[in-house]
Amino acid sequence: MKKEIFEPFNSSDNNFEQCVKCTICTVYCPVLEVNPDYPGPKQSGPDGERLRLKDPNFFDESLKLCLNCKRCEVACPHGVKIGDIIQLARIKYSKKKPKVRDMILANTDIVGTMASTFAPIVNPIVALKPVRLIMDGVLKIDHHRIFPKYAGMRFETWYRRYAASKQNDFKKHVSYFHGCYVNYNFPKQGKDLIKIMNAAGYGVHLLEKEKCCGVALISNNLIKQATKQARHNVEAFKKSIVDKNMPVISTSSTCIFTIRDEYPHLLGVKNDEIRDKSELATRFLFRLIDSGKLKLVFKKDYRKRIAYHTPCHMEKLGWSIYSTALLKMIPGIDFVSLESRCCGIAGTYGFKKENYKTSQGVGKPLFDQIESSDVDFVATDCETCKWQIEMSTAKKVEHPISILAEALDVEATVKLWQK
Amino acid sequence: MNKNISKEYDVIIIGGGVTGAGTARDCAMRGLSVLLVERHDFATGATGRNHGLLHSGARYAVTDHESAAECIKENMILRRIANHCVEENDGLFITLPEDDIAFQSQFVDACKTAGIGTEILDPDFARRIEPSVNPDLIGAVKVPDGSVDPFRLTMSNALDARIHGAVLLTQHEVKGIVKEQDRAIGVELFNHETKQNVNYYGKIIVNAGGIWGHHIAKLAGVNINMFPAKGSLLIFGHRVNKMVINRCRKPSNADILVPGDTICLIGTTSERIPYDQIDNMFVSRQDVDVLIREGVKLSPTLATTRILRAYAGVRPLVAADNDPSGRSISRGIVLLDHQERDGLSGFITITGGKLMTYRLMAEEATDLICKKLAVDKQCETAEKSLPGAEKSEHPLSIATEKVYTGANISQKSAKDRHGTLAKNILNGDDYEDSLVCECEGVSIAEVKYAINELHVNNLIDLRRRTRVGMGTCQGELCACRAAGLLCESFEKPGKAKDDLANFLQERWKGMLPITWGEGINEIQFTSWIYEGIYGLKPDNN
Ligand SMILES: Cc1cc2nc3c(=O)[nH]c(=O)nc-3n(C[C@H](O)[C@H](O)[C@H](O)COP(=O)(O)OP(=O)(O)OC[C@H]3O[C@@H](n4cnc5c(N)ncnc54)[C@H](O)[C@@H]3O)c2cc1C
Ligand code: SF4
Ligand code: SF4
Repeated sequence: MKKEIFEPFNSSDNNFEQCVKCTICTVYCPVLEVNPDYPGPKQSGPDGERLRLKDPNFFDESLKLCLNCKRCEVACPHGVKIGDIIQLARIKYSKKKPKVRDMILANTDIVGTMASTFAPIVNPIVALKPVRLIMDGVLKIDHHRIFPKYAGMRFETWYRRYAASKQNDFKKHVSYFHGCYVNYNFPKQGKDLIKIMNAAGYGVHLLEKEKCCGVALISNNLIKQATKQARHNVEAFKKSIVDKNMPVISTSSTCIFTIRDEYPHLLGVKNDEIRDKSELATRFLFRLIDSGKLKLVFKKDYRKRIAYHTPCHMEKLGWSIYSTALLKMIPGIDFVSLESRCCGIAGTYGFKKENYKTSQGVGKPLFDQIESSDVDFVATDCETCKWQIEMSTAKKVEHPISILAEALDVEATVKLWQK
Repeated sequence: MNKNISKEYDVIIIGGGVTGAGTARDCAMRGLSVLLVERHDFATGATGRNHGLLHSGARYAVTDHESAAECIKENMILRRIANHCVEENDGLFITLPEDDIAFQSQFVDACKTAGIGTEILDPDFARRIEPSVNPDLIGAVKVPDGSVDPFRLTMSNALDARIHGAVLLTQHEVKGIVKEQDRAIGVELFNHETKQNVNYYGKIIVNAGGIWGHHIAKLAGVNINMFPAKGSLLIFGHRVNKMVINRCRKPSNADILVPGDTICLIGTTSERIPYDQIDNMFVSRQDVDVLIREGVKLSPTLATTRILRAYAGVRPLVAADNDPSGRSISRGIVLLDHQERDGLSGFITITGGKLMTYRLMAEEATDLICKKLAVDKQCETAEKSLPGAEKSEHPLSIATEKVYTGANISQKSAKDRHGTLAKNILNGDDYEDSLVCECEGVSIAEVKYAINELHVNNLIDLRRRTRVGMGTCQGELCACRAAGLLCESFEKPGKAKDDLANFLQERWKGMLPITWGEGINEIQFTSWIYEGIYGLKPDNN
């Protein structure tokens, strides 16, 4: 109790005052386009912040409709951190307690641990129609949603058994932040990364006990726990980056974005020492190739038509160029650009029954583009985008790293640096 | 709006500042027939150009015991009768390392004598309850200061006067006092709308013209010795502080930071100016420099906070009658019975005082009027709430509202501005709830209400009633929308365009002294919109 009085409720870093009310952000907000109940980035962000400083009762629970996609921030010509302002307002002022459902959705790692242990039982059960209807009715998780399947063997377990021992054979080393999705649902992506990195001459190591990056905890307002995990992760990153001079790479754009930007902006967890050396695998690889330190050789017979979808957080990071440039290096790829649009899932957002309509409405223009693109599959760097697109279109979605792994001629690549 | 305008009244009140409006209310409540005349609009004099501090009296406790005692009494009354115009923020008197901490105990004692409750706070605790305060403070005293919105306060008094039968004329300037031998019997008015002259007659003429009272008295052939003191202030873009912050020392320049509605204000400077300069409200660079330099000592974040505007007002200070040099200036209430003083019957002057002692000033003036007219009726203004401040039968508590829609902002803002009268605005219609002014949350319905009910003649009046154009963008987005609504209601398109140009010009004037940083971006952008897109030319005005 006592602590609450001491929380400065009335201070602000004044960033919202840079707003000149040009309303450009409002035009770029994907939610506003489909849901008139949402006041939009300008009203919820800079305008609303000013009113909330006058009286916290101006906080409007409709702010939870924000996807935190940060497309408004990318659009703003004056550098207003609109998305951060909105998320911080939710953290500071929301009186609504997270529901049981929100806890289940948010705790991707705990639920993941349980589920993957019992994967053979859980998967068919979660897939059953009656079960999905119960989840819909009781937990308000929309019944249209298909849960990602849980893998039988966790990535971490696989790594320890089959990969760890070989990693010290290499001269150069990186650490890998795999994230919950790779660990519990889709270890193949992690295996693909190791295949490429090893081929490139790098040993891949896991961090000392990584924790879930916490993005879902933040968006479900479980801030205490998110902060705890953030502190833990920053320490773990430091051990790799500072102590061992090993950069950390990841295959999840959302995880890496959260660790780089949301930790300091939303949770107040400092990450200066690790930020520059924490990045996406595709960016790491591209920069190696671009600076002439690495050459990849691709299979001659690989032929695919691929469309790349830019996840919101990639847009914000400005990093989709790395992934697309890598894909375009593969000779057999017929590359299709999609207009950069939000797919609507925004992590756990789209799983909630009350958001289902908004979520699908936001994604519709993207789905239409994909359906009419006549591609073999879609590439993207974000796992939740993958679920959303696979659920809402007839196309499969692959991670650029997996595509690269598939197209890579490992032996030829290794030969280049071994001689 | 004013039905059956008669030509004769018991009382004619000159001046639509808070003093005039308050006196009109009091007179009307005591059953007198009242005409209020104002040359421009309500609250265009000192009333609309001050600090908006609901003094606890603490500022005067050490130097002027009488004023201090008056303040705390009226402070408590206004909290009751005008709660929709008042924010009960409390105030801090802080001691900085450069100040003498010994002053604190003298200050606290003086407050006690005047009946002002004080609480000495540990500096650490002060920092916690008011995070924006200068962290170097070495002492802090909490007092019952507050904020008061002068526009709302004046308008509520005018509205209540109208409810009690008073007739209100804005845009009517007094050009002469009609006299019959030693008696003032009426006023000669010039109507700025129609450009016509008209006379009205009254048994008592009240000069509530603030600093201009000097001139009005002259028109009646009597002399009041007034000493104009100009004070400048800066408006910041948002509320940095939640409590009023003062310096605990003898009153000085720029030592009060008042939060008010969405913004906060630092002020004031104080400078004696010649009488012929009272309509020149220019704020100099030196003024701005002093305000920022001193303001930052109260709250360091002000250094990086966006400044919206600068403005100045003139205090109506009156020299004691026996001191033509003006050395002993009174800050208290001045009520002059010109029959006793100058042998001119039917004419009285009420001036001096403060915004927040207006009610007491009105009471004293009305008591005198009643005595002269032999009306035996007690003053009730200390008990009866102003319209909007009544305890509502259907509390519009936040809990029962739609919490899931954008309309929330306009509804809540309307309630903050109009108190219980907001029920005349809120109708839940999506179109009507949509925003005209996005910064201040003014809806179409609120603008329409103001146009129909609150004596609005042009866009600038509308701003005083609703805060349209008072936000961060200073009219960039709302001015044209509001002009459209005004035009639909009564303006001819040609006039509406001039009106819009006037409005923007007036906004620009206040921004001119502080054109740098984000402010200048905003101004540039605004001029692109209005000159580039709407083709408004500077010579429209
Ligand atoms: C910088 C500054 C800061 C202040 N801060 C505070 C504060 O924080 N708290 C506080 O309580 N007080 C404060 N005051 C004092 C307060 O503003 C004034 O005492 C009060 O507003 C005076 O109101 P009034 O109605 O007497 O005068 P005014 O508001 O000046 O009203 C006079 C009216 O008469 C009209 N008029 C003039 N000539 C004519 C004519 N010929 N015909 C018709 N109408 C005419 C004018 O247009 C004007 O509207 C401050 C004053 C200044 C200058
Ligand atoms: S973060 Fe995305 S959803 Fe939220 S306001 Fe900005 S653009 Fe809209
Ligand atoms: S885009 Fe930026 S400057 Fe423009 S209205 Fe939005 S927040 Fe303000």
